[in-house]
Amino acid sequence: MAGRAPGPGDEAMSGTPENMADRDIKEVGGATTSVVTVSGVNKVFDTSGGRTNALEGIDLTINTGEFVSLIGPSGCGKSTLLRLIGDLTAPTSGTVTVNGKPARQARLDRDYGIVFQAPVLFDWRSVQANVALPLEVKGMSRRERDERVRAMLELVELRDFARHYPYQLSGGMQQRVSIARALALQPSILLMDEPFGALDEMTRERMNSEVQRIWQQTGTTVVFVTHSIPEAVFLSSRVVVMSPRPGRIVRVIDVDLPRPRTDDTRETARYFELITEVRETLRGRRAGERADGVASAERTMAEGAVG
Amino acid sequence: MTSSGDVARRSRASAAVSPARAILRGAALALLFVVLLIGVWEGAKALGGDPWRFRDASGAETIYRPPFKWDIASDLALPHVWKIWEALAAPVQRQQTQSLAEFLVGAAVHTGQEAALGFLFGGVFGLALAAVFVHSKLAERAFMPYIVASQTIPILALAPLIAFAFGNGLVGIVIVASYLTFFPVAIAQLRGLTSPDPRALELMRSCAASRWTIFWKVRMPASLPYLFAALKIAATASIVGAIVGEGNPGGSQFGLGRSILNFNEQYGSAPEKLWAAILASALLGLAFFLAIRIAELVVLRGRPGAGAG
Repeated sequence: MAGRAPGPGDEAMSGTPENMADRDIKEVGGATTSVVTVSGVNKVFDTSGGRTNALEGIDLTINTGEFVSLIGPSGCGKSTLLRLIGDLTAPTSGTVTVNGKPARQARLDRDYGIVFQAPVLFDWRSVQANVALPLEVKGMSRRERDERVRAMLELVELRDFARHYPYQLSGGMQQRVSIARALALQPSILLMDEPFGALDEMTRERMNSEVQRIWQQTGTTVVFVTHSIPEAVFLSSRVVVMSPRPGRIVRVIDVDLPRPRTDDTRETARYFELITEVRETLRGRRAGERADGVASAERTMAEGAVG
Repeated sequence: MTSSGDVARRSRASAAVSPARAILRGAALALLFVVLLIGVWEGAKALGGDPWRFRDASGAETIYRPPFKWDIASDLALPHVWKIWEALAAPVQRQQTQSLAEFLVGAAVHTGQEAALGFLFGGVFGLALAAVFVHSKLAERAFMPYIVASQTIPILALAPLIAFAFGNGLVGIVIVASYLTFFPVAIAQLRGLTSPDPRALELMRSCAASRWTIFWKVRMPASLPYLFAALKIAATASIVGAIVGEGNPGGSQFGLGRSILNFNEQYGSAPEKLWAAILASALLGLAFFLAIRIAELVVLRGRPGAGAG
């Protein structure tokens, strides 16, 4: 629990270089405690148009402190997988284990924090009251709540906006409030479902750096659904590439960019290589090919053979 | 309510208007509206009403003859505003000291109490129905058709039945008022309780909130703007219910409903009395409406669009 969200009074937020170095060691050294284990999961939706295999044969292990992105085209089941991990929907078959217990128990134990594409803030609550909501649900005392809310707002750098109402904030600030709320209970896993999909590119890049910082400071394991290849590469320890109909995991790509990643990281050769690798994997799968550079003529032929 | 409608549109732009200022502005606009109404009323009389006598500047009595003759502007259909005013100051009946105004205030208080009770019971019943329905789709499917059907029965047909079952006293009248009140509350509140974003409910589930907690922390606060819209309808409907309840054959001896029936019979000789009773009913409705509006401004203070409605 050492690297987890700072407690009351931990005002420096432990965002020191030592701490980040510590995290890199943990990553490189490969702490093997798994937080999430998804094994043999299938998910079938019965819709008016018939049965849809949203997910088929999903196996995935996510380790403590990892930042894992799920990426893939629409309909590949990446959000469904996230929801399965968070016990917001149940698998048709297979198991999801979180912190060594069934996902449902983990949810009841409040092991999750969740951030959606929209901030989903309550407009009748001030910023601080929104962040305090999960703490109220837990039944935390007023004093404890206030302290935790203050620490969380400091973490997302919105301390001066505590008494504002959501409609008075920009989209990026609202999303930061929802991140603060998701982290308020100091969950061991943070689930983020395209959290920056609705933001403009500039804000999005800034939020990516923010999320990296918050992740490094809190040590929370993050599962991050995104459409954006650069975002996935910039943030992740591993990128899980998925394909649709039925939703499957095509490949898991390790991202070995050093941390902390900065705007300069976005201009390194390795960054572009990884982006290309993810992109090729996303395309390659559709043609039924391996991910590494296949000549376009061959791919066209292969596509013709499959389709 | 033109006045509060105007207030709404303006204060929607500046998200949070202080309640006191909104009320003041509403009152000013309401006054303007009354002046305009009297202007149109007397303007119609001046153009197409019956001729009337008045004293001119020199004190000589003259007759004013309007250029047209319209039935709707006749003294029987549309008595002069000052005739209604005079009637309010005059004794309610010959040989009585009580003025019509005093009598109507008493009647309005009586009716207002019945309506308030009906509003309270109907409102609570409507809230309870919505709370049950939001948690049980089965209950909603089972009972909603009957609730809708209940509102298609004309209240005039139902009121005598209710009076038969519960007597002509307070209980029967309050039941009629509740009957008109619970429906808008139940419908709007159900809509309000289901208004939260599904993701807001998932968010609550993700921190293991119980149904009870979700109800009080998410559904109920989210429903309040809907609830207040319904309460405004219900507040005025409860007065209609109380008046209809009083008007039952052998119904109440007091209240605006009885006065309206009595003055209706005297309309041929004293039309201004019925108009005065209508005025009293309208003012009572307005008072109820404003009470809800003030409660709304206070409760929804700080919310975006709180000045609306």
